[in-house]
Amino acid sequence: MAIPILAARDVTKSYGRGPGRFDALKGVSLEIYEGESVAIVGKSGSGKSTLMHLLALLDRPSSGSIELAGSDAVLLTGRTLNTTRNRTFGFVFQQFFLTGGASVLENVILPLKIAGVGSRERKRRGLEALVALELEDKATSKASNLSGGQKQRAVIARALVNNPRVIFADEPTGNLDSATGAVVEDILFALNRDKGITLIVVTHDEELAARCDRRVYIRDGLVVGIESAVAA
Amino acid sequence: MRTIDVIGTAIDNSFRSKLRTSLTVIAIFIGAFTLTITNGLGTGINDYITNTVAAIGAQDVLTVTKVGTDAAGSGPKKYNPDLVAASGGGRPGTTVQALTPTDITIISDLKGVKSVQPTLSISPGYIQNGSGTKYTLTAIGAVPGITLQLATGSQLSSTSSESQIVLAKSYVKALGLSSNAAAIGATVKIGIRDAARNPSTIDATVVGISEASLGAIADAATTNSALTQKLFDAQTVGLPGTAKDRYSQASVRFDGSATAAEVTKLKDRLTKAGYSGQTVADQIGTFKTVIDVIVLVLNAFAVIALLAASFGIVNTLLMSVQERTREIGLMKAMGMGGHKVFGLFSFEAVFIGFLGSAIGAAAAILVGSGVSAALSGSVFSGLPGLTLIAFSPGSIATIILVVMAIAFVAGTLPAAKAARQDPIESLRYE
Repeated sequence: MAIPILAARDVTKSYGRGPGRFDALKGVSLEIYEGESVAIVGKSGSGKSTLMHLLALLDRPSSGSIELAGSDAVLLTGRTLNTTRNRTFGFVFQQFFLTGGASVLENVILPLKIAGVGSRERKRRGLEALVALELEDKATSKASNLSGGQKQRAVIARALVNNPRVIFADEPTGNLDSATGAVVEDILFALNRDKGITLIVVTHDEELAARCDRRVYIRDGLVVGIESAVAA
Repeated sequence: MRTIDVIGTAIDNSFRSKLRTSLTVIAIFIGAFTLTITNGLGTGINDYITNTVAAIGAQDVLTVTKVGTDAAGSGPKKYNPDLVAASGGGRPGTTVQALTPTDITIISDLKGVKSVQPTLSISPGYIQNGSGTKYTLTAIGAVPGITLQLATGSQLSSTSSESQIVLAKSYVKALGLSSNAAAIGATVKIGIRDAARNPSTIDATVVGISEASLGAIADAATTNSALTQKLFDAQTVGLPGTAKDRYSQASVRFDGSATAAEVTKLKDRLTKAGYSGQTVADQIGTFKTVIDVIVLVLNAFAVIALLAASFGIVNTLLMSVQERTREIGLMKAMGMGGHKVFGLFSFEAVFIGFLGSAIGAAAAILVGSGVSAALSGSVFSGLPGLTLIAFSPGSIATIILVVMAIAFVAGTLPAAKAARQDPIESLRYE
């Protein structure tokens, strides 16, 4: 049996202590295999974002463990953890998080800059990612001058530039109209299909979730159902 | 992230909010400008004093006087047949106990003393060029090793048997000489009277023309050893030996390579033997101390301005951290280490400090040099060689580095705040 690229083993996460204690996750187990597209679906406050943060190694569980390619992520600390996150994951957020004053290219190559890639190589790979998302003519424009759809494409280029194995998309179409949102969805699923990048989408949008290989439903910190329906 | 990228990003970031960065830079500019000017003032004045010291006396010479036995007390003093008028330095009427040949022998026997030369007090009557007008002349015998500040010509020779004289600039025109250069090599006549008021003249060769300076008496001439001796002999004709050989002070030469401790020991030995010795540094040191203290106080004000400016840096960067919370969170999520985030913000602080101090120092050099040039052409025209505000590359570099260090310290608080940020919290921040 194949080793899952990411796995949660009976993970709990609570915030605060005593009577004010809040349990965001109450024991979640989940396996995600390389090349899959998985939707984590739930209402706001269900714990879906917390689960994504734990899977993306941005936070540590209160109990249980997160495994990355079969090894316990608790063993990753400091610099190793940062390097792993930089090499393995790409992030697409609802709010874009682009630096408005900097050029689109500057924004896209940020992960490479953090990784310590040389400036010429950065530029080459940045432009490559922009070409893939048909944004090459906007490379020198300021990020703040882009439309919503262009911004989200720039964000996907940024998530893609470091050739990650997993892309986390947190409500990727939440700030877009349905036509633009559909384009962005197509791009994400094409990456999943053509490049074999594992796609983990956090959403409350049923239509988007329906396009994923699997849907994990979360309510009140617990997995309430996993559907493996093949999307149309 | 590579260090060069951290630096580049920090510089880009500091230009992102231009108005805020400029205001902080201006605050640092004011402090650095003041610090550079006050430092330049100290450098300028102290340089001038140092250069002038050589004209006051040689570096390896102690001026020795005999300690009076009845210096204390008020009212009429007991008569002392050995008192002579002090040869300069004291106020009119000041007397010192005379040094006799016996004293000279005692001093030359002290350990560390290379040679002793009694200072011959000479009082020539006039100076004359050919058969031209006679002018009164004040002359001082040169201490061997002295370096005069010359407008032209060469230094006096203490070993030559030729009678040499260095004249103040003002004598050139008066004696009918066409220029400073033309005066060099001219033979002038010096008139002097002996103890019985009988006049005689001695010929001397002009070897140099001196600049007016802090250490030189205006309109005075300096004579070399040979000429001093001749003038002294001429004015003491008819005096009995005991009356002739009485000196107000003597110059003691010591080894030029002597350390400060050795010089102090020599002075102690002189004190024990009943004499008092002062080096040029002792005489001039008081001036320098006063100037150093004034400059220190001025510098303290400039540093206070810089401290105020450093709070500006703290404020600017705290705002910057606040503004870029999400960006910091994103970078951390993408695997940027906390210490790199710290480096990013603290280098931004250092860069702001560098901008302020470099611009401040450059402006201070421009303004200082301008003011200095304007003043030495007008108010200080009587003190040639004085650059009121002088700049040394070392002190400018020190100022810039100190300001950058202050900026770094100021930047640590916001930088640490940024480094500690939790990526999840930062990304949730709206």
